[in-house]
Amino acid sequence: MNWQGWAEIALTLGLALALGWPLGIFMSRVWNKESTWLDPVLKPIERGFYALAGIDPNKSQGWLGYGASLIAFNLFGFVLLYAMLRLQGILPFNPQGFAGVSPDLAFNTAVSFVTNTNWQSYGGETTMSHFTQMVGLTTQNFVSAATGAAIAAALARAFAGNRESGIGNFWADLVRTTLYVLLPLSIVLAVALIGMGVVQNFAASVSVTTLDGASQTISVAPTASQLAIKQLGINGGGIFNVNSAHPFENPSPLTNLITAIAINTLGWAAFFAFGRSAFARKEIRALVTAGILILGAGAGVIYVAEAQPAPALVAAGIENPINMEGKETRFGLASTAAWAAQTTGASNGSVNGMHDSLMPLGGGMSMLLMMLGEILPGGIGSGIAIMVVMAVLSVFVAGLMVGRTPEYLGKKIEAREIQFAMVALLVVPLSTLGFSALTVVWPDGLASLFNPGAHGLSELLYAFTSATANNGSAFGGISANVPWWNTTLGLAMLLGRFIPIVAVLAIAGSMVAKPKLAPSTGTLPTTGALFIGLLVGVIIILGALQYFPALALGPIVEHFQVLEAVAAN
Amino acid sequence: MLNQARPAIVSMLLFSVLLGGAYPAVVTAAGGVLFPAQAEGSFVKDAAGEVVGSRLIGQVTTGPGYLWPRPSAAGDGYNAAGSSGSNLGPLNPVLFERVAADAAAVRTYAPEGAIPPDAVTTSGSGLDPEISPEFAALQVDRIAAARGIEPSLVGAVVAANTEAPLLGFIGQERVNVLMTNLALDSAYPIKTE
Repeated sequence: MNWQGWAEIALTLGLALALGWPLGIFMSRVWNKESTWLDPVLKPIERGFYALAGIDPNKSQGWLGYGASLIAFNLFGFVLLYAMLRLQGILPFNPQGFAGVSPDLAFNTAVSFVTNTNWQSYGGETTMSHFTQMVGLTTQNFVSAATGAAIAAALARAFAGNRESGIGNFWADLVRTTLYVLLPLSIVLAVALIGMGVVQNFAASVSVTTLDGASQTISVAPTASQLAIKQLGINGGGIFNVNSAHPFENPSPLTNLITAIAINTLGWAAFFAFGRSAFARKEIRALVTAGILILGAGAGVIYVAEAQPAPALVAAGIENPINMEGKETRFGLASTAAWAAQTTGASNGSVNGMHDSLMPLGGGMSMLLMMLGEILPGGIGSGIAIMVVMAVLSVFVAGLMVGRTPEYLGKKIEAREIQFAMVALLVVPLSTLGFSALTVVWPDGLASLFNPGAHGLSELLYAFTSATANNGSAFGGISANVPWWNTTLGLAMLLGRFIPIVAVLAIAGSMVAKPKLAPSTGTLPTTGALFIGLLVGVIIILGALQYFPALALGPIVEHFQVLEAVAAN
Repeated sequence: MLNQARPAIVSMLLFSVLLGGAYPAVVTAAGGVLFPAQAEGSFVKDAAGEVVGSRLIGQVTTGPGYLWPRPSAAGDGYNAAGSSGSNLGPLNPVLFERVAADAAAVRTYAPEGAIPPDAVTTSGSGLDPEISPEFAALQVDRIAAARGIEPSLVGAVVAANTEAPLLGFIGQERVNVLMTNLALDSAYPIKTE
């Protein structure tokens, strides 16, 4: 550890948050259908969308209608992507002649990209054609992110409304977020990244004769276009097997800094956008503060963990036994630690180093950041939505302690909202721990694990945590491209995505109908340090209570084994 | 649900054309015009004008007169058609054996001097084009002997191909292996008998 490392981590996390503020104001204008400077170019395209698709963007939907539109859109997106994956062999732009993928992998991959997870059971450069990567996966990178943003837009309207019934129009939220926010940012970022060395072309691969006289085949791909939206959309699925560790996806510390900022910035932007659209600017500052505090602490823990002596290097007598296994020379410990925290705190899942080779507490903290609910800042919109659920739960807990009727953002919190909040929060551990337990006892369930001992359990636990949390990163040693894993991980992604979405929309539906109350002397303030402390406490206690027993058997026991192995030398 | 079918299907198809077709096409066209070399893959040529690799992709070099890269877990080593890390956990016995073997391999040409961690670990991508300056320094005497020149001359070429962290604190100091080897070949060619 050194000051340079701490400075880099602070800068990366800080810039992502700082950029999120102006972007959030813009995002809120887009949700509210206010004018933007992009209107002259994009308004005609937007109108064309509505006309062709038969959408009335000004028709505000109730929560059931909004949810039905969302499900219908995602269902058709799944069907289309599944078909594309199966038929890959006869579709164009397939210079390497890849065949259609197997039914279980197609199911897993289609679910994965529709749910904004981007779990990849396959190696990109050895499985997917350029057509699949672009038309199938890149498209879903955009629209799955916009689907998440729509949830936050709807929830913001629900808190802003006073005895209303509609929470907005799903199609308008989807189309506007995609066209005005995601697309322009992605074009600018993608072209800039090409200038910094990221590859972007449609060749199959390039064969060269090396200095040794050997032949080397170098895979190339339309990388920059997918990279930009995979980071900005908080998706995470790379073109190449090793994702952002690949020098073509992430060639330098500069590209690393920029793409690391891109992991978090629209997540924070959705926080600020929610604050503006829900008329809750002060309250949102408390949620942002709680989020950045936990994320910063997580990044610090990973950095400290990675700086501990690596036992294999100690045993070999290396004087400076830093854990560089799975890390790139150009990044080193701090870049990898910051990225690991950002990618797991958001529901991104891209990696710039191999998480399977992280030190036990580094990998364990990455897991915990996902287990806390993907709210730091989580996916675009999906993060702030669950953070608001946490805030609702916090005022409820405080209300129980002091005997006051809880309120949040001027809305009374009653039994119905708490029931839906619990559904949204409890489905996650149920799926994570349930599928993990099932896999441990399933015949051949453990055959896919790569590392022995406690680390093997971490691989398994990480996989179901990542899938349920719609993160998509992995302890990469696991051989997940088999029917059991493809199927169970696919189901975990579906549960972890759509049950919280429906629950949040239900909360929105009940909130929008309530009268907006002015704060009274009996209202718990939801802005100051006291509330931030309460919120952080609720988030951490909830996460720790649910997962500590499982974590104790994986990363925590492995940590003590590492200490023992280092001491033995 | 049926009244949702038209907007769902039509908008998904429109998005596929716009985001899956037009967007990558625009980005590819802009990249090709503005940054053609990078868009293609940052390939580099030797003195004879032959393409010998990419500045960004590591490759196996075994000749004693060349800088050698880190160990690699991509295929048999630096398989650029199948990037991969080792994915070995910190306590995996396979990792202990491999690190010990890699350290022994370094000791065959550098009996003295601390072995830096990157010399005995595989990178995340298996394609890491760079090594630490410490790892490069360990190889200077071997390279100088093979080329029949003073070690200080090799050290100067390495230094010229060393990149500092961005703004002094972002990322790490590192040496590009292929670019160093090309510079060595052009300045001090290996005499072939």
